[in-house]
Amino acid sequence: MTRFLVLGAGVAGLCAAAELAARGAPVRIVDPAGGPGPQGCSWWAGGMLAPDCEAESADPLIARLGREAADWWAARGAQVTRAGSLVVALPGDGAALDAFAARSSGWRMLDAEALAALEPDLGGRFSRALFFPDEAHLDPRAALAALRDGLAARGVEVARALDPAAPRPAATLDCRGLGARDLLPDLRGVRGEMMILRGAELRLGRPVRVLHPRHPIYVTPRAGGALMLGATQIESDWRGPARARSAHELLSVALALHPALAEAEILELGADARPAFPDNIPRLRRQGDRIHVNGLFRHGFLMAPVLARMAAEHLLDGRMPELMDHAAEN
Amino acid sequence: MTRAPHAGPEPAPEPQDDAGGPIFYGRRMRSALMLGTAGYPSPAALAEAARAARPAAVTVSLRREDAGARAGAAFWELVRGLGAPVLPNTAGCFTAREAVTTAQMARELFGTDWIKLEVIGRADTLAPDPFGLVEAARILCAEGFRVFPYATEDAVLAERLLEAGCQVLMPWGAPIGAGLGLANPHGLRALRRCFPDVPMVIDAGLGLPSHAAAALEMGFDAVLVNTAVARAADPARMARAFARAVEAGALGRAAGPIPPRETATPSTPVAGRPFS
Repeated sequence: MTRFLVLGAGVAGLCAAAELAARGAPVRIVDPAGGPGPQGCSWWAGGMLAPDCEAESADPLIARLGREAADWWAARGAQVTRAGSLVVALPGDGAALDAFAARSSGWRMLDAEALAALEPDLGGRFSRALFFPDEAHLDPRAALAALRDGLAARGVEVARALDPAAPRPAATLDCRGLGARDLLPDLRGVRGEMMILRGAELRLGRPVRVLHPRHPIYVTPRAGGALMLGATQIESDWRGPARARSAHELLSVALALHPALAEAEILELGADARPAFPDNIPRLRRQGDRIHVNGLFRHGFLMAPVLARMAAEHLLDGRMPELMDHAAEN
Repeated sequence: MTRAPHAGPEPAPEPQDDAGGPIFYGRRMRSALMLGTAGYPSPAALAEAARAARPAAVTVSLRREDAGARAGAAFWELVRGLGAPVLPNTAGCFTAREAVTTAQMARELFGTDWIKLEVIGRADTLAPDPFGLVEAARILCAEGFRVFPYATEDAVLAERLLEAGCQVLMPWGAPIGAGLGLANPHGLRALRRCFPDVPMVIDAGLGLPSHAAAALEMGFDAVLVNTAVARAADPARMARAFARAVEAGALGRAAGPIPPRETATPSTPVAGRPFS
């Protein structure tokens, strides 16, 4: 009997395990933490499923392959909100909005009135906004929990350690993120810092990106009126606590989105490093009977589903996935 | 070097086109283009842009990329591997003290005493703080650093920086990231005239290759670009465009441009009608 071992219960590992389990393949998951949690960078993600917006700065394949994410998550029990997303520029920086528009597609330019109709709390604050109607968002922690529960319902639990008595797996899916640097020397960390705010007199129906030449941010709604504010992007492997400078940068731009955020409570100030390859494109990489799924960078929830599908097609159907890294095969 | 017999005539010497790079602190640069390393879509895109630009040096920010033992070691490795000398900078420092500490960390990390000194005075325009800049320059020059101060076009500030021990100046073209080009050409020309022999790099504010060419035509020795390349739709192609622009500007300057004039000057005069 073919058995697959998945290392890591972050978004890459749980998606891969869910995809394999859904196709009837026996799977085991091992993660020292016993499940998704604050030890992994997925926990701190924004949860935007925004392929059109990402096309502004990411490789075109991210936008193309990321399109299947929203349906994938919805089909696996995650609560996906399909309300689109918004992009605004700070007053006096209208050129930034036009530049963003020129490098992305799938948007509609809203005037002040249309923006107020869509997001009443932003009414009167911006003369224009880009609306990407086809985008979606989810709560990453709830989505990870849904995957974990779905797997548990199929009898797939997350073990904290390898069972020495278990039969040797036919293949191992290594989804350890930065933990796999022992085998992936070209993987690097890109630090991100975020915060969760509660109690602000600001209600949003969808994620809003605020353009800024040095500190672009996004604010995305979470359950119970909470707002997640993210995220810095720093070339660093450091996984320690968020720095005051980053909190200051995030908040100063957020307050320019809406001053009501000044009265919010800071529930969490989080930080971690995302795994990324030099071109910031995620990939599968085969090393013997080990297949890495890694380098998801800032596109964890957007790209984990398609990577999971490709990994499963490779293992079960023998297909060679588009995102399989041939160059570094060894 | 002795030449083997039958090797043919001596090869003609390489044409001297005056497009050789400037000399900074006794070191001849291979080009008049310096490239910043921040804000690219990916490290791979940065590497490709650096290959296309063949820059004299690459600048790298320490504060932003979290220096020290907990640093982005992978990113440093990549910057070192770009094949150009590294000029660390103190971007994001708002006081002389911060800048001095950052410079000291940079020396340790990159093994170079070159430092691009930024002391920022305003968070909105990222304008240099001339007072903190001179203070930090004095300290760093005394410690043996080769300081490249990011300054305005103010000639008095330039004088103070030279007194402090700087041997290169980096006046801004326009605020960082603005892409406006040479916002105050009169001031920049005046600065160039005041200190004709000091190597000067136009740093910040350039958006187009033509801005870079104009800076070289004006007599500046080099330009430093970052945002204009990093945020271009095709960074590598834009890097190549800037590389050619600085070469064109330097060549044009060296070739002796004609003076501008108000009236037309037909290249073929018409007898008896000197101004027709």
